[in-house]
Amino acid sequence: MSQQTDEPAATTQASSPLTTEAPQPRRLDAVRRRLPRSTFGRHALIVVVALVAVVLVLELTSPFRNSQFATMSYYAIAAAGLTVLTGLNGQISLGHGALMAVGAYTTGLLLGDDGTGLPLLLVMLIAAVVTALVGAVVGAAAARLHGPYLAGATLALAVAVPGLAIYFDHTLGGEQGLPVASPDVPDWFSDAVYFLSANETPTAKYLAYLGWGTLLLVLLLLANLMAGRTGRVWRAVRDDEVAAELAGIRLGRVRVLAFVVSAVCAGLAGSVLGIVVRLAAPSGFTIVLSLGLLTAVVVGGLGSLVGALLGSALLVFLPPAVTNIGIGAGLDGTQAAQLAPFVYGVVLVLVILLAPSGAVGVVKQIWNRSRTNRREPSTRRTG
Amino acid sequence: MQQFLNVTLTGLGQGAVYAAFALALVLIWRSTRIVNFAQGAMAMFTTYLALTVIEGGQSYWVALAVALVTGLVLGAGIERLVIRPVEGGPELNAVIVTLGLFVALQALAAILFGSTFQSFPAPFDLRGFTVGGVNIAFTPNSIYIIVAVVVVMLGLVALFRFTDLGLKMRAAAFNQEVSRLLGVRVGRMLTLGWALAAGVGSLSGLLIAGGSLVFPAYMDAVIVYGFVAAVLGGLDSPAGAVVGGLTIGLLLSYVSGYLGSELVALAALVILVAVLLVRPQGLFARTAARRV
Repeated sequence: MSQQTDEPAATTQASSPLTTEAPQPRRLDAVRRRLPRSTFGRHALIVVVALVAVVLVLELTSPFRNSQFATMSYYAIAAAGLTVLTGLNGQISLGHGALMAVGAYTTGLLLGDDGTGLPLLLVMLIAAVVTALVGAVVGAAAARLHGPYLAGATLALAVAVPGLAIYFDHTLGGEQGLPVASPDVPDWFSDAVYFLSANETPTAKYLAYLGWGTLLLVLLLLANLMAGRTGRVWRAVRDDEVAAELAGIRLGRVRVLAFVVSAVCAGLAGSVLGIVVRLAAPSGFTIVLSLGLLTAVVVGGLGSLVGALLGSALLVFLPPAVTNIGIGAGLDGTQAAQLAPFVYGVVLVLVILLAPSGAVGVVKQIWNRSRTNRREPSTRRTG
Repeated sequence: MQQFLNVTLTGLGQGAVYAAFALALVLIWRSTRIVNFAQGAMAMFTTYLALTVIEGGQSYWVALAVALVTGLVLGAGIERLVIRPVEGGPELNAVIVTLGLFVALQALAAILFGSTFQSFPAPFDLRGFTVGGVNIAFTPNSIYIIVAVVVVMLGLVALFRFTDLGLKMRAAAFNQEVSRLLGVRVGRMLTLGWALAAGVGSLSGLLIAGGSLVFPAYMDAVIVYGFVAAVLGGLDSPAGAVVGGLTIGLLLSYVSGYLGSELVALAALVILVAVLLVRPQGLFARTAARRV
């Protein structure tokens, strides 16, 4: 959709011989010309810039903030997967918490509780593959459902999966959960960080790096997927099933693929969650987690990766602030802790009623309006 | 044999409650094509209000009346305030709004009433009848549950079949445009439908709570079971919801009794997926095809 309208120089120049008059020079054209021409190149450039920002932020903030950023990373990975599924392909899932559980438990089982299991990256990869398989099964059922039916079925999934961990309590640890070994910081990594910033690398910071590294990789891959043919096909299926089918798109396959891609993200997120929290327990994967992810993607803006990032930042940084306000207002600790979900719920309703396109959508609207005011309206045909 | 009998009787009692809950979902689905995922949270909220009334020294029956009336008001208010703007819009929006209500109500209950487990009194004896020297799992309270559900259902049937109001509500649900042309106040009928459904939902919340523990999340699983029951019955058919509720109650009771209570939710998921894949129109659908 509007992805295309924002693409700078490359498309504008390529299409200029076709238009009757040359496009008017735009601000920042000098910058645009220096950007890489391929979509992948541009996305990679953004990711590199983001990586630098992540290093700066993690090195300059306290260990407590580091662990908050680690938490944000796994929310964001899962939210990115969900926003692609719901925003681009139109399938809602209330079961992503359950898919994260699959990733976390796989990680816990393979790492072993003393860390003598397989190497970490291999474990994360396997966790993603296992979750992808589960996602394929769920997706195959989900592909035939829509709207409230899909919501109900995935809600049932979210409620059912924690029970499995209790049923198989000798392998999966029952109510107490499965301890996940915390990985050691590799020497080359702490050396590299020391070389850059003269800081030590405690485990919490290493985990934040691990989470954000995974997140940036996931975002890069998803951004490319969305900008390319696959993303276009997914949007076509979302917007008009009949038209998509007439255009030769296999609806079922597309839906299952979207679900699998989303499940891979959830599995990776669960894996990072397991390592960061050091525990995979049924109480961590309740319906609240799934609904929290949904809140993140809706509030940020459905279908937008930036929105997923914003939304997951909200999930991490809002609760402490709101809880403090609650305690200041005279609530006790457990009551104040419930203020955050209360705010989520209210915000979720308000966003749908007042600004269904979320934070990113609102910003985009304002931006587009100011651009159309500045430029000749006739030259803008998309949008 | 005795265990089978006990499991069956427990299942019937639970099934009656699921039937009431499924019926509440069906009432809303018929009129507005929305599955109200906040139904459980709304019922939980009114049950807490009832508990507050009981702790204030009033009898169970006063509390029941309070819960039902606040349920009606809550349902009507929610329909007017937040559901009306998303009616007829993209179906995901309505789903997300009800989920937002679900989260908000649950958190609000935890703030107002605390998140600890509290026991809820039952109006009748919880000890099973003794038949031929054997104690069976069928209590005076289960009889009360079944009778209450049956009375509510007969009341609804009477309302929809034999009154003008019921006819108008059915017309509004069947075809809004035509009913409006015939002078039916469609908006009011939809609000009334939500109020009735929320009242029935409140009743089921109260019946589940009787003699057991309440906490803000105690209805979470019931939403799923009620939804499965409603889908099994076709989501469009009140009679289907009742039969679906009883079936689900029995099946889940067998799973719980013979396989393990942790697997109940998984069994519900399996039943739901099986129904949606094999017979998506449900067991009792009148229309030939439905898109799920």
